[in-house]
Amino acid sequence: MSFEPKNSAVKWVEDRLPITGMLHHALYEYPTPKNLSYWWTFGSLAGVMLVVQIVTGVVLAMHYTPHVDMAFNSVEHIMRDVNYGWLLRYMHANGASMFFIVVYLHIFRGLYYGSYKAPRELLWWLGLVIFLLMMATAFMGYVLPWGQMSFWGATVITNLFSAIPVVGESIVNWLWGGFAVGNPTLNRFFSLHYLLPFIIVGVVILHIWSLHTSGSNNPTGLDLKDKQDSIPFHPYYTVKDLFGLAIFLIFFSAFLFYAPNYLGHPDNYLPANPLVTPAHIVPEWYFLPFYAILRAVPDKLGGVMLMFGAIAVLFALPWLDKSRVRSARYRPIFKQLFWVFVADCVLLTYIGGKPPEGAFIIWGRIATIYYFFHLLILLPVVGLLEKPKPLPASISEDVLSKKPVVEEAANA
Amino acid sequence: MLKLVKSLSIAALVSLTVLGNAQASGDAIELKEVDWEHGGIFGTYDRAAAQRGLQVYREVCSGCHSLKLVAFRSLADLGFNEDEIKAIAAQSDYSDGPDKDGEMFDRPGKPSDKFPSPFANEQAARASNGGALPPDLSLLVKAREDGDDYVYSVLTGFEEAPAGFTVPEGMHYNAYFPGHNIAMPPPLSADAVEYSDGTPATVEQMAHDVTVFMTWAAEPKMEVRKSMGLKVILFLLILAAIFYAVKRKVWADLH
Repeated sequence: MSFEPKNSAVKWVEDRLPITGMLHHALYEYPTPKNLSYWWTFGSLAGVMLVVQIVTGVVLAMHYTPHVDMAFNSVEHIMRDVNYGWLLRYMHANGASMFFIVVYLHIFRGLYYGSYKAPRELLWWLGLVIFLLMMATAFMGYVLPWGQMSFWGATVITNLFSAIPVVGESIVNWLWGGFAVGNPTLNRFFSLHYLLPFIIVGVVILHIWSLHTSGSNNPTGLDLKDKQDSIPFHPYYTVKDLFGLAIFLIFFSAFLFYAPNYLGHPDNYLPANPLVTPAHIVPEWYFLPFYAILRAVPDKLGGVMLMFGAIAVLFALPWLDKSRVRSARYRPIFKQLFWVFVADCVLLTYIGGKPPEGAFIIWGRIATIYYFFHLLILLPVVGLLEKPKPLPASISEDVLSKKPVVEEAANA
Repeated sequence: MLKLVKSLSIAALVSLTVLGNAQASGDAIELKEVDWEHGGIFGTYDRAAAQRGLQVYREVCSGCHSLKLVAFRSLADLGFNEDEIKAIAAQSDYSDGPDKDGEMFDRPGKPSDKFPSPFANEQAARASNGGALPPDLSLLVKAREDGDDYVYSVLTGFEEAPAGFTVPEGMHYNAYFPGHNIAMPPPLSADAVEYSDGTPATVEQMAHDVTVFMTWAAEPKMEVRKSMGLKVILFLLILAAIFYAVKRKVWADLH
């Protein structure tokens, strides 16, 4: 299937720069497995959220002042004086959370259906790179309003680098541009917070390029075998994704319009004060599992290494998981362990938001150990020992075998 | 088996969350819960209460607490007309300039001015308040967990310290302030202000009114936000229904 422009102007451009054909291939004819569930919507939702964040962010930057004496009030100026400034700022602040929600669901979907396995290892890596860039961007963005949590969050996180032996202190001073978090820090964070999303766009393009090279995974985990297995992306998945988008936007709107500060911390409505430390310094919710892992280790350097290790280990996932079967649907033991792993991640999130005392420390350690135990021990062992269920011959066969059941259920 | 594992892990999580919250609320102070008119999906600010609250702020609170982020002109939100706003603004003097001779001069306030601060700087504020800094009230309601209930509770929470609780010199016992020792003396006493609409100025009434005013000061766009949200969500529901119908139709021919 190749693209034959009918319009002469489009053809003129196409002969010189085949961009329309490329987009046509990527968004129209891209052969997609016919059996994708709604769990496959979150990739496009993440793309939408990236655009929402960039558009609202660019406009917010027109009204924001990155200076320690003015940043806090310039955000309040946006909230009070700029036309629909409150809408832009709440969209951007809640949008960050929404972005992480869809990306986490996207990642867990990949884990469940084995989307990281050959030939999609690079696709998985690029996704993890996007995730890391998102975390850096979100962290620096949270510093910009220059509230108490902005300042103290920045202080705690940048101080993690002081755990590095010998050069740690120098690195921290270099990051700060001084001897404490201050105006140079705020300025560089603003600059990088503006830059990184565009780098994310670049990696997203590579991510989609890689996706379209190996093709989408699907609930059976089987490869596309013949024409029967696939349908063109448009109109089937464009319309399915649009429906998913509308539902997701309702969820987003509920927070945006009715609980815009629910996901934030009240202390960030206090201007940054280097002389007053908040009682509990907590990062944004999407960092809590990693914060829990950091605090599970009594040693600073050990905690930092384990926290970064929690993401680094995900890069090795394609080789840690020894099973040749992709989808959890045909892996009875892996399927149960997957849900235990999800529960473990939720537990880590919960522990990360609690003060490090009493039972929370014990539970944090158990959950941290289990996180690594699952990825480093259980996955390889289960992959070798587990006897997978019989796989259907093809995606089509699987879809057809389910059809009558659905109709019976509808008739009953 | 899978279902068992799932339901067990969900049960474990739910119980953990409930336990955790119970524990959290165990050491936190239970605030008074007020049924605010500005609460809920359709809630709007009680204009009369907010106007009375402005009076309480101006006659009582503003002696120590600034309201730096709020401009007089925004009082239009609370139902004041232009002349009333001009009159309120003109009651304070502002230093302006320099004029063409290079001199600073005093002029009456304008609607575009922000509320004047009682102290020139933090040091002056601390010097006048036994070392304590009276916080700015512009965002206080948003800077506390359940801010409106919190402010109301603290304002009505001054009482005798329980036996065995020592209140340090210059501090006051408050049932709802974290740690119970607050530097602010009880700010409200019955009939501290005289309401022009005849509402009896009890401590509870004044605390209620000034809390409504402060909630508006912290989140002045709440009403437009909620009403826009309703329209947006209704629109999205219809849009989702249409997309769903289109999706069904497009997918119907697929075998």
